[in-house]
Amino acid sequence: MSPAAPSPAAPSPAVEFRSVSRHFGPATAPVKAVDGVDLTIAEGSFFAMLGPSGSGKTTCLRLISGFEKPTAGSIRIFGQDVSDIPPNRRNVNTVFQDYALFPHMSVRDNVAYGLMVKGVDRRTRDDRAEEMLSLVKLDGYGDRKPAQLSGGQRQRVALARALVNEPRVLLLDEPLGALDLKLREAMQDELKTLQARLGITFIFVTHDQGEALSMADSLAVFNNGRIAQIGTPAQVYARPRTRFVADFVGSSNVLPPDVTRAFGGPAAWSSLRPEALRLTAPDGVALSGTVTTHRYLGAGNRVTVATQGTEISALVPAGQPLPETGATVGIAFDPAALHVMEGEG
Amino acid sequence: MHSDRASIGLRLSATAGLLFLHLPILVVFLYAFTTEEKSYAFPPPGLTTQWFAVAWNRADIWPPLYLSLWVASVSTLLALILGTLVSAAMVQSRFFGRDQISLLILLPIALPGVITGMSLRSAFSIMDIPFSTLTIILGHATFCIVIVYNNAVARFRRLSGGILEASADLGANSFQTFRHVLLPNLGSALLAGGMLAFALSFDEVIVTTFTAGQQSTLPIWMLQELVRPRERPVTNVVAIVVFLATFFPILIAYYLTRDGAETAGSGK
Repeated sequence: MSPAAPSPAAPSPAVEFRSVSRHFGPATAPVKAVDGVDLTIAEGSFFAMLGPSGSGKTTCLRLISGFEKPTAGSIRIFGQDVSDIPPNRRNVNTVFQDYALFPHMSVRDNVAYGLMVKGVDRRTRDDRAEEMLSLVKLDGYGDRKPAQLSGGQRQRVALARALVNEPRVLLLDEPLGALDLKLREAMQDELKTLQARLGITFIFVTHDQGEALSMADSLAVFNNGRIAQIGTPAQVYARPRTRFVADFVGSSNVLPPDVTRAFGGPAAWSSLRPEALRLTAPDGVALSGTVTTHRYLGAGNRVTVATQGTEISALVPAGQPLPETGATVGIAFDPAALHVMEGEG
Repeated sequence: MHSDRASIGLRLSATAGLLFLHLPILVVFLYAFTTEEKSYAFPPPGLTTQWFAVAWNRADIWPPLYLSLWVASVSTLLALILGTLVSAAMVQSRFFGRDQISLLILLPIALPGVITGMSLRSAFSIMDIPFSTLTIILGHATFCIVIVYNNAVARFRRLSGGILEASADLGANSFQTFRHVLLPNLGSALLAGGMLAFALSFDEVIVTTFTAGQQSTLPIWMLQELVRPRERPVTNVVAIVVFLATFFPILIAYYLTRDGAETAGSGK
């Protein structure tokens, strides 16, 4: 069926991985943190690296920033092979997961640090630091120390500090992980706006599929050091290439070959989104099952139905009749929604 | 039931314990002012400040004082350089035998000074290194390194590991990272470690006895002086000097490390 969707047409890729591997430990029994990754990230895109912890996404980010060197393969940033370029000479800046602000410096000096080490004079760099602080809505906070700021404010300082050198690529390592839900959502919108305004490439690492889907133009799903799928959020969500992707992105029903066949598809693994299923009266439908549980989600209910020796879940929108636990229901869906997958991993 | 005030008995015994520990120091100070020079009679028959003038004019005090200052300064400097380097290595890299090496670094301070002294003495003999100021400095450096190492390691651990990477990420070279990020965060720990090391070296007797040639450091000089029944209060004047030279560095070190939690690692 549908192969991995190609990235949007790229005039000059910001970052290119060519069969990049990064192994740790002894060569005889290496831990393959990154294992043969090919990746093209278009300039100006908002790219997400999504995956569970230990899937290789953070190592990929560190390969771009230069804190890791590939064991094999090559990495190009705007066409230039960066294998021998140390982190401090790459035009790439990072917003670190724990922000890594300099505790002994004021917020202003933190932000101006990148300019200071370049030898920019104090007046100019202070002015630039104020501009950056105003960009992240922290005007007037320049004299404070990082310890006097809240988590959200530190996050903004880290952002301003990483942007002061005008990098062409900004790397964000789980940038919103430490923030509470409300703040996280506000920052998601802000990052998106900021990226559109600056027009530079943002590459961010996250294990939160909701965050990746809502923020990214395109994303790569990592699993065991390899890329399971690359595509736009819509492609990855609607047409997961493997069971892993279907499972990890969203909360899809993953159907084994025999169930797929019972559902009218070929004998292959397939995925079916809960929102594509409709629960009907049990009469006159090919498929039926017994309701086992419901879970209230606010905007609707997730109903689990036992059928064909497995359990599938369906989303019943609020306001529609909710079948009781133990009731027999019919299962209907648009055959086009049944997505047959090609890979297992 | 919990009470804010300790019982009378506990308070009395605590006070008695503190007095037992510290009264002898006051006695040392007191005898610096006594008019009696041959024995330490209590109470002193009279009080005088003449021994300060006598001590000042005694030519045999100055060389040991200079030697002690020199030895303490050089071994502290050595310890600062080597202790910082080794702590950086131990914190930043993982390698085979790391924990064992960490124990080896701490050993000189855990071992009795007699053992350290004996082993150094025999090692210097085997290597045909004549006993001199240099051997005293090397002897002192063995335990001074431990002090600096302990302070630096504690601070390194509290530093948010990312700040060195953040510095490099923002374009700083290794020297700039050291100068602008590492040193300011490590500075007070190094100063504290250095002060403690200096104080320890300044009044060290045992290792010095084993590693010195003909020369005397100030504590050794005092030891020799005590057996001689001549101008005894001069020794007490020198004792006050030693006290001041070691007490204040230790006090400053204490205040420097006490507030360390605020200066380091607060970015986390």
